[in-house]
Amino acid sequence: MTKPQLSTLTAEPEVPELSELPAPTERRSRLRLPFSPWHLVLIPLSFLLVVPLLWMLVTSLETEGEANRFPPVLIPENPRFENYSEAWAAAPFGHFFLNSLMVTLVVLVSNLIVCSLAGYAFARIRFLGRGALFVTLMATLMVPFQVTMIPVFLIVKWFGDNVADGLGIDHIGALMLPNLATAFGIFFLRQFFQTVPVELEEAARVDGTSRLGVLVKIVLPLSLPALSTLAALTVLTSWNDFLWPLIVITSHDQMTVPLGLSYFQGAHRVKWPLLMAANVMSLLPMLLVFIGAQRYFVQSVANTGLKG
Amino acid sequence: MPLLLGRLGRTESLSGWALVSPAAVLIGIFGLLPVVMSLVLSFQHSDLLTPETPWVGLDNYRKLAEDPVFVEAIKHTIIYTALFVPGTMLVGLFVASAMNRSVRFISVYRTTAYITMAVSTISQGIIFLWLTDRDYGLVNAALNSVGVPSQPFLASPSQALYVIVAMTIWGWTGFSVIVYLAALQGVPAELHEAAAIDGATAFTRFRTITVPLLGPANLFLVVWLTINALQLFDEVYATTRGGPLRSTTVIVYYLWDRAFVQFDAGYAAAMAYALFVVILLITAVQFRIARKHAHIS
Repeated sequence: MTKPQLSTLTAEPEVPELSELPAPTERRSRLRLPFSPWHLVLIPLSFLLVVPLLWMLVTSLETEGEANRFPPVLIPENPRFENYSEAWAAAPFGHFFLNSLMVTLVVLVSNLIVCSLAGYAFARIRFLGRGALFVTLMATLMVPFQVTMIPVFLIVKWFGDNVADGLGIDHIGALMLPNLATAFGIFFLRQFFQTVPVELEEAARVDGTSRLGVLVKIVLPLSLPALSTLAALTVLTSWNDFLWPLIVITSHDQMTVPLGLSYFQGAHRVKWPLLMAANVMSLLPMLLVFIGAQRYFVQSVANTGLKG
Repeated sequence: MPLLLGRLGRTESLSGWALVSPAAVLIGIFGLLPVVMSLVLSFQHSDLLTPETPWVGLDNYRKLAEDPVFVEAIKHTIIYTALFVPGTMLVGLFVASAMNRSVRFISVYRTTAYITMAVSTISQGIIFLWLTDRDYGLVNAALNSVGVPSQPFLASPSQALYVIVAMTIWGWTGFSVIVYLAALQGVPAELHEAAAIDGATAFTRFRTITVPLLGPANLFLVVWLTINALQLFDEVYATTRGGPLRSTTVIVYYLWDRAFVQFDAGYAAAMAYALFVVILLITAVQFRIARKHAHIS
């Protein structure tokens, strides 16, 4: 391990940093070698990290005969794409995707709006009881979901019986309702709003713009990075949530993707190519979103990490 | 901003409350009320269906202390946490250190680590069931090729929990790598240069400069990973369902089973509160230890 590191360092000429305030992430990168010896470490490492995903992909294209051979067939002779159409036909995957999409969208939009409003009020407005309310809401961050899940089940059941069927047990409304706002979202946006220069808002306030107007016209447009980061985190948690859907949903047409996949797994336990084809399909949307918006996903972790 | 009093102060309070009320109502109903309800429930008998929930006093908690399955579940959870947390941190630090350079395609390399974060726990479970399959698994093929006989892995009471540890470490690699990369990039290059001029080896510099500056990242990961490890559920559900022979029954799995399979909600609520107290205590202890060593960072 030490050797390649030394050689990289010696290959890097010392550049005196005359420029003003070098970004901490900036690295000096003037290698004289045609390629860095680090690739010899990084290629196997990256390969090892994606082997589980690659193996899923390979198996999804094999016949059952190929999958049940040992040692395993590493490259299927004739890629069998029918596994995908068969998996799609064997369970209501269309429903699963649509349900996940609807739940995630509603939860996302609601969180962005509700947490923005509250986060802004906590950041800027001095209202009676602000401190006490903030501490009370933030206290819920310490409570593990397992403590609240049984009562939330009863509360959601009550909503279904007394308010609207669609909000109750075994409806996707039950997956949205408890997740429409999070204490973390409020905290996160409040921290960001506090860094927006207050002078910008005061000028508008003098002109008679309301608090809501200031938030919508001035603060939110300046907060797009924070909103995107929160959006990434919300999408990831909502889309991949499993325990709560498992508790409240039993009908196939109300299942989300992870729950539907788990149900599919139960029904096709050892048909590995079929199961892997279903797995690839269920992962694809999230993987594409993740790669497309990777920056925000990375920030959502890095930001929380540095705060802790 | 000057403190506004009188009429203006009142309108400020009104607009403040107007803006926070949607969040306050939602979190009140689904975040705060359940904490109280859960406590009440833990002193009752409830099957989640019949409206009658007779009081049973401390019975649920007493039962908890004598329940051999619960004691076993605690044991499994502790073993899991004790291996998962340091394991994830070591893998994360190793991968992040390797990926903390400006070589070509580095963003592609990093993506291969980050991507594990996007894989749902159920997908992960299915993939690892297949990878570690006793008869046709890729891992056994790899073991055979170096002369090690095939292992039963998830089918074995003595191995299953460790396979789940390895699987979840993989699943959390993306998360820990992001945290460590952010921390490593915050280490000033000047410190390394100065030490290098004084003749410090790369390893010495890593040990004496990088590692101490990772303090806040380490603290965050220890706390966050521990909280998540104590709440392990999905991966167990997707692979072993608590078996074989209950060897992977962890606290939350048992809790879910009691509440939503056996409909013994009062007892499960007591279990949830016990877990809650344990998580709070462990977090407090971790922060206290961190504060003692805070002078390093």
